[in-house]
Amino acid sequence: MKKQWLFSGLLMSFLLFLGGCEPLAVFDPKGPQAALLKDVIMISIWTMLGVVVVVFAMLIYMLVKYRSSKTPADYKPPIIEGNKWVEGLCVGIPVLIIVFLSIVSVQSTYEAESVPEGYKDQEPMVIYASSSNWKWHFSYPEQDIETLNYLYLPKDRPIEFRLYSFDAISSFWIPQLGGQKYAMTGMLTKLNVAASEEGEIWGRNSNFSGEGFAEQTFNVNVVSQQEFDEWVTEVHNTAEPLDEETFNELLEPGHLGQKTFTGTHLSFNPAPEEHTEHQGEEHEDMNEEEMDH
Amino acid sequence: MEFFEQFAVPNPTPTIYLSMVAIGLTLIAVLAGISYFKKWGYLWREWLTTVDHKRIGIMYLISALLMLFRGGVDALMMRAQTSRAGNELLSSAEYNEIFTTHGVVMIFFMAMAFITALMNFVVPLQIGARDVAYPRLNALSFWLYFMGAMLFNLSFVIGGSPSSGWTSYFPLAGNELSPHIGTNYYMIALQIAGLGTLITGINFIVTIFKMRAPGMKLMKMPLFTWTALITNLLITFAFPVLTVALAMGTMDRLFGTHFFTMDNGGMAMLWANFFWVWGHPEVYILVLPAFGIYSEVISTFSGRNLYGYTSMVVSIVVISTLAFLVWVHHFFTMGQGAFVNSIFSITTMAIAIPTGVKIFNWLFTMWRGKIRLTVPMLYSVGFIPIFTIGGVTGVMLGIASADYQYHNTMFLVAHFHLVIIPGVVFAMLAGMTYWWPKMFGFMLNEKIGKWAFWNIAIGTCLAFFPMFIAGLDGQARRMYTYSEEAGFGIWNLLSFFGGLGLAMGFILIVFNVYYSARYATRDIGDDPWDARTLEWATRTPVPEYNFAVQPVVDSREPYWDAKHEGKTLFKDKISDIHMPNNSGMPFIMCVFFFIFGFGLVFSLWSLVIVSSVGIAVCLFLRSFEQDDGRHIHAEDVQETERKMGGDDR
Repeated sequence: MKKQWLFSGLLMSFLLFLGGCEPLAVFDPKGPQAALLKDVIMISIWTMLGVVVVVFAMLIYMLVKYRSSKTPADYKPPIIEGNKWVEGLCVGIPVLIIVFLSIVSVQSTYEAESVPEGYKDQEPMVIYASSSNWKWHFSYPEQDIETLNYLYLPKDRPIEFRLYSFDAISSFWIPQLGGQKYAMTGMLTKLNVAASEEGEIWGRNSNFSGEGFAEQTFNVNVVSQQEFDEWVTEVHNTAEPLDEETFNELLEPGHLGQKTFTGTHLSFNPAPEEHTEHQGEEHEDMNEEEMDH
Repeated sequence: MEFFEQFAVPNPTPTIYLSMVAIGLTLIAVLAGISYFKKWGYLWREWLTTVDHKRIGIMYLISALLMLFRGGVDALMMRAQTSRAGNELLSSAEYNEIFTTHGVVMIFFMAMAFITALMNFVVPLQIGARDVAYPRLNALSFWLYFMGAMLFNLSFVIGGSPSSGWTSYFPLAGNELSPHIGTNYYMIALQIAGLGTLITGINFIVTIFKMRAPGMKLMKMPLFTWTALITNLLITFAFPVLTVALAMGTMDRLFGTHFFTMDNGGMAMLWANFFWVWGHPEVYILVLPAFGIYSEVISTFSGRNLYGYTSMVVSIVVISTLAFLVWVHHFFTMGQGAFVNSIFSITTMAIAIPTGVKIFNWLFTMWRGKIRLTVPMLYSVGFIPIFTIGGVTGVMLGIASADYQYHNTMFLVAHFHLVIIPGVVFAMLAGMTYWWPKMFGFMLNEKIGKWAFWNIAIGTCLAFFPMFIAGLDGQARRMYTYSEEAGFGIWNLLSFFGGLGLAMGFILIVFNVYYSARYATRDIGDDPWDARTLEWATRTPVPEYNFAVQPVVDSREPYWDAKHEGKTLFKDKISDIHMPNNSGMPFIMCVFFFIFGFGLVFSLWSLVIVSSVGIAVCLFLRSFEQDDGRHIHAEDVQETERKMGGDDR
């Protein structure tokens, strides 16, 4: 009896998991990268569900059919060493599944790492996102603006976040726009996203970084290009300029809420260099060498 | 006074003060109790100085269970804190310490000790040996582990616990961001315990290669012994990496080096790489012996030989090789680019293939069998569905692009708990229940055991399935709090209830030990489960010399064949048996190690120097000690055998 509860419990969780009442953040994409990852996740869930069903069915069959209470008292189980066809099948089918998922994985990983499909003709807007315990500093070099703990993003424009950290390793994550990536000291990482829907969403540091980690979140306002331009003008008219002294105060550990400045800290406190100026394949090679060190 | 201030806990709460008092009182009670019952001599002669693999195994088992409760209480506190939005049961600083110690205690001091316990007790018996190859080193291993565990647990009441996660990523764990001594405990306690593990690794490789009964070719070894062999090979290759990483981390923290610091050329990514080059094989170090236990248990309780023995062995070897080729999947998000991630994504998913082979072989072992759903078997059949879900979510995590969304979230937490709990904890409980009669001469109560199983199995599902959903909704791991609007509340509340179920199950297990010790019959014979391998061919409980006569083997299931095909296992006459002498040296040396570690944690250099001299003297004395062991005379063996079994061979 209890075994049935267990299985129905498992099934219930899975159903809830697949069809929650409100869409889960990862399943509610607002941009092409997040949509891509959602598709990949769904493909993997359905494929794996097949595996789960086969294993569960076999287990239930064995348990029901070969319980000692169901077999005659004098039944002596046979010696069976194995069968190369059966065992071959147990290797072959999983190999096919893994080959399929590997193709999905490699393709989607390359895609997730590059400028999103359909946005490749535009020059990405560069935003530096740097973390310090427990805040996010967003520098817009093009617009000459810096914000703390909130972002304005124009809709339908590819965005290249350049990530680094002033202290602990942090992970920059806006689940509804795309996957996360680490921000670290002494090196720059890049994250390509784009937003396809206007609205307010959230982002956070998802990598544990000490006492104030839980509250290291930020707001993301996706607006039209026109509204974005208006916001830039407004900031230039109203916000204070950012100087080195103010910025150093901002770096002190703590939570500061949202702030806006003109100018960026990049002028007096530049971002770490990228490990290579080259792009494309050489870029990959360099990174591999890094790994070997 | 200033001197004592460094030992104060940085975030004292009434709970910690109460624990200090409780620990103090328990210690006094234990010491007083031993003195009152005049057991000091017994304790010293029979346990502290023992080199008997069975007793060392039992000491590992007791330590592992104690650590299970320590880590379990940590887990319950975490689940209670996050059970509702904005809960203020724990502060952020306390929560961070608790999840750190939960991880460290469960992996290093619970799971590692548990598998070592069962390997110690079972492997020599399964291969028909009288002990491990180096009995005294074995005692040293245990005491190193024990002192490391005690040192680590001391951090709770003296000086404060580490708080940068069980992965202890730099630069967070470095002096710049964690100026407090907590992380010193992590670095040094793990170093001491890790040394013990490494010695165990070498010891068991030699034991299995050199001490098998005549006729037991490698391909005739029981599966548990096979997995023990491969696990110890993994230990021997993987643990040195941890040793080096911990040594570098210790130097960063104590001596101002710059291996992992933020400036002066430090490279924090190096720590992450080192940690996981050790850390991923570690997963298989834990899970392979568990697979071995399942192979024994499923085979015994299906009344059938193991299906596909050869493919089982091959798959263990393949898993152990792949284990070293996947570490990057722990940080796909570190920016190494699509090419590197693709390679590690494929190697990661490839591990599912040999693992799948094992699952199907276990299912086919049940096929046409005669399945008895005893407690060990229940854990094994409960393991298959839950582990399958944990495993397939592992494949999902192995897809690098999708991992960008799962990484660092509760989805990951759900995955690895659903792999480790059925994959390791269920197996250890199955193994413990299965071999319990061999260890203690009575069986654990089946009815209470089944209640415990159902609490644990349902508790596991309830505790961890909701985390998949919370993770996909954006709940990062290690968050001590979240807001009402975040909407994670319900999932975390369910998890908390699951945690209570697990706690209930473990309490029932303790009760079962008490109940069975008190009421269970001692008249169970040598083979209460109708089992198939050599460890059941000797007496229950096992005499110190294991086998009166060394068994001779010519098949994979020698004891089964002896029972059913009339083959003879014991052909020789009883003769004098050569056994190793007890030694107090491992224990004394490890006490010095404990003092050494404590001195290093607080940079008390006089303690460090004195204890280093102590360790060196112990090593020196041991090196020049002549000890040829002792003999148990044939008449004494015959006498013991007559008492235990009635027939003398």
